[in-house]
Amino acid sequence: MSGIYEALAKIVGEKYVSNRMEEKYFYSRDQGLTEPCKPDYIVLPKTVDEVQAIVKLACKEKIPIVVRGAGLALTGLVRPLKGGIVLDLKRMDKILEVNEKSRYAIIEAGVTTGKLKAYLEHYHPSLRFSIPDAPPSATVAGNVVIHGQGRLTQQYGFNSDMVCGLEVVLPCGDVCRIGSCSISPYWFSKGPPLPDLSGLFLGWFGTTGIITKIGIKLYPNKKIRDVEIFVTDDENLVPDIIARITYTEIVEDVNVWTQPYPLIYRGIHHITAYVTGDSEEEIEFKKKMVIDSVRDYIKRKEGGFIFLTPDIKPVLLEMPQSSLTRFADVKRGGGFQYAGPIIPIEKYPEAYRRMVEVAEKYKTTWAIASRVIGRGHCMMFGFSFPFSRIDPSDMERVKKALHECDLIALELGGVPWKAEIPAQQEILKRMDQNTRKLIGQIKKLLDPYGIMNPGNWEVD
Amino acid sequence: MKKANLSSLQLYRCFACGYCKFTSDFVDYNCPSYKRFRFETYFTGGRLWLMYAWLNGEISWSENLANIIYTCTTCKNCVEHCPMGFNQDIVNWITSVRGEVIERGLAPPNIRDFLENIRKHGNPWGKPKDGREAWTKNVSVRKFKPADDYLLYVGCLASYDNRAQEIAKSLVEILNDTDISFGILGNEENCDGNEVFMLGEKGLYQLLAEQNIKKFKELNVKRIITLSPHSYNIMRNEYPKLGGTFEVLHYTQLLHDLIKSGKIKLSKTEVKVTYHDPCFLGRYNWIYETPREILRSIPGLELLEMRRNRGNSFCCGGGSGNFIMDLLGGSEDSPNRVRVREAYETGAKVLAVACPGCMVMFESALKDEEMEEKLVVRDISEIIRDSCRK
Repeated sequence: MSGIYEALAKIVGEKYVSNRMEEKYFYSRDQGLTEPCKPDYIVLPKTVDEVQAIVKLACKEKIPIVVRGAGLALTGLVRPLKGGIVLDLKRMDKILEVNEKSRYAIIEAGVTTGKLKAYLEHYHPSLRFSIPDAPPSATVAGNVVIHGQGRLTQQYGFNSDMVCGLEVVLPCGDVCRIGSCSISPYWFSKGPPLPDLSGLFLGWFGTTGIITKIGIKLYPNKKIRDVEIFVTDDENLVPDIIARITYTEIVEDVNVWTQPYPLIYRGIHHITAYVTGDSEEEIEFKKKMVIDSVRDYIKRKEGGFIFLTPDIKPVLLEMPQSSLTRFADVKRGGGFQYAGPIIPIEKYPEAYRRMVEVAEKYKTTWAIASRVIGRGHCMMFGFSFPFSRIDPSDMERVKKALHECDLIALELGGVPWKAEIPAQQEILKRMDQNTRKLIGQIKKLLDPYGIMNPGNWEVD
Repeated sequence: MKKANLSSLQLYRCFACGYCKFTSDFVDYNCPSYKRFRFETYFTGGRLWLMYAWLNGEISWSENLANIIYTCTTCKNCVEHCPMGFNQDIVNWITSVRGEVIERGLAPPNIRDFLENIRKHGNPWGKPKDGREAWTKNVSVRKFKPADDYLLYVGCLASYDNRAQEIAKSLVEILNDTDISFGILGNEENCDGNEVFMLGEKGLYQLLAEQNIKKFKELNVKRIITLSPHSYNIMRNEYPKLGGTFEVLHYTQLLHDLIKSGKIKLSKTEVKVTYHDPCFLGRYNWIYETPREILRSIPGLELLEMRRNRGNSFCCGGGSGNFIMDLLGGSEDSPNRVRVREAYETGAKVLAVACPGCMVMFESALKDEEMEEKLVVRDISEIIRDSCRK
């Protein structure tokens, strides 16, 4: 691959390309437990033209390309499994437009969730987007490309459902607009009423093209947020409690969490319901609706709302919720990873019981932080394990536990989210054979040389 | 001084989540070296992971690794915004690894020269010790006497750098018009050791600190005014650990008291000013309001805030000796250049500073950005001096 470095340097400038040991080391991994895979080059493009030129070079030279945002999926999806170029897109970080009336933003692929949040708060305070609880360094594009979830997911579905347009550099180097923006200056729809091509790029982990711009839907940002927590020690009640609360159609977000430590939390399922409003009256009304929805359970003493002390509310209302990131320091070892399968809500009790068994089998602590998706259509069942980076046996145990959790999720009819390679293979193994074949055909059609994040969604 | 035990450094606890890159409201990247270089290796998380890999022999020493380690300005933005329980240890981890670099004889030439010059000459340029008081020519200032209220500790930059000398002169002019008795050490002054400390040369730091403490005690110094927040930081927070307990004030604290007590009278000055919080006054010592109150006390002065201020202030890029070595220079993304553009966007005509290091960095940035006609950098002491003159 002689001359590749020089060619890349000519495209982006020498200071934004590296084949140095230190960048290779860091970009070979993410914060999770997968084995590192070293890239040959790390490139930081600034423009779509530069991305195009890099893709054309890679296509000509048959060099793999892996796109990286913040690398926070934790499942090794941004590791260059077959070497090649890692494209770090975070220099492409312009917020290009906010359409207040049609409620969407057009942003470059490197814009972080933190930056978009700050921008909207400052310039368009009446609008918000579905911010995930990943650290603010996560990119909006990275989050939607893995079908991430956020604070508005209970109301509007996966964050990828909130995409309203894409600009993609195809594996051949062509730039392609997806959605209404393909025929109009307005980015109001990712598909309808046209054929919805966004599905060719969302959830594919960069194996079909490189998203360079994204239209993302914005939603009303009410002046006040508040939170209530309903608790029960019977996991079997959780699905119905979720159904009742989401039936009200007035909650913003619904999370379910439990953990063995501190002991006060052990065996207790916390169903956290967030409400928003423009006045205290609106908030009080919505909270009353939520309380009324589960009043039967309170009367039967099967659960109840807990008093939230002034110190706990800010923790719960923070966006993103940094306490979730702090889980990485539970063992003072700098690591955590979670199995976050998307499961039917009625499977919560069994998923809970079986995954706790897995944790006990592998002698590791855990925490569950789940999020209801789309008014109760399914949920992300986040089962997290902390680990210590300096304890290889701990890391190995957690790795095995995570894989078992993926298998349990599949057994329960769920699907591993942002699946790492072994889980992808398990998914493909179980998938309808014609669906699997279609995935293979689409990949072959779009990426005939197999240079786009190779190793992921490999059908053959 | 106790040497850091490397095995006790828990670098592996960093998750590299990236909170440390930002301000508290995430409005922009606020880690100066990440903003400048944009590789993930240049933010605190990346840096800690690489340091750990190096200490464990996973990667070897290289020029690039040295650059990654020494482009950290120890501005404490990461400490301020890291959500983890170990956040207060981060700077110590970085300086300890830098200490190990020195122990292994791997310090790059510019770092080595910086430290060697301080060891031999008491200043990082290697200029003659007897040139330290050259700035006092035509300035009415005398040597410290044991009966004086304050020792004015001038520091290396304000002793040797032409622009920074103006800060010392203006402060002396202001103080000469009050009833405060003060003096300087002149050629007997030595480097304060803050940058040496931050660069991890703990042995040399200890030597400097002990020499300074000894001299201060011999002269019966009780109270010290520092021009530089860097000096203020090290004398206030580290010298006591070596037995050097003095009442240390940054000069803005003294001016604040003098203005409040009416000992300094200020005249009307109609000007729009924005203030840059120096890291060693702000994030290291939580002095945010004192300089602002001084500026607001000037009739007619309009104080405009940059979006990134106080605990979210964006470092000028000069910490850890970079006001001389400038390892983050040479780009429109260099922190000092980013910051002067940000200052200009407020509509201010004056960028007010309270640190000779920031002064030097921003003066250089104005030239690089060709903004000298649009914005001027003034130290608070100069602004006050001019307001007094009127």
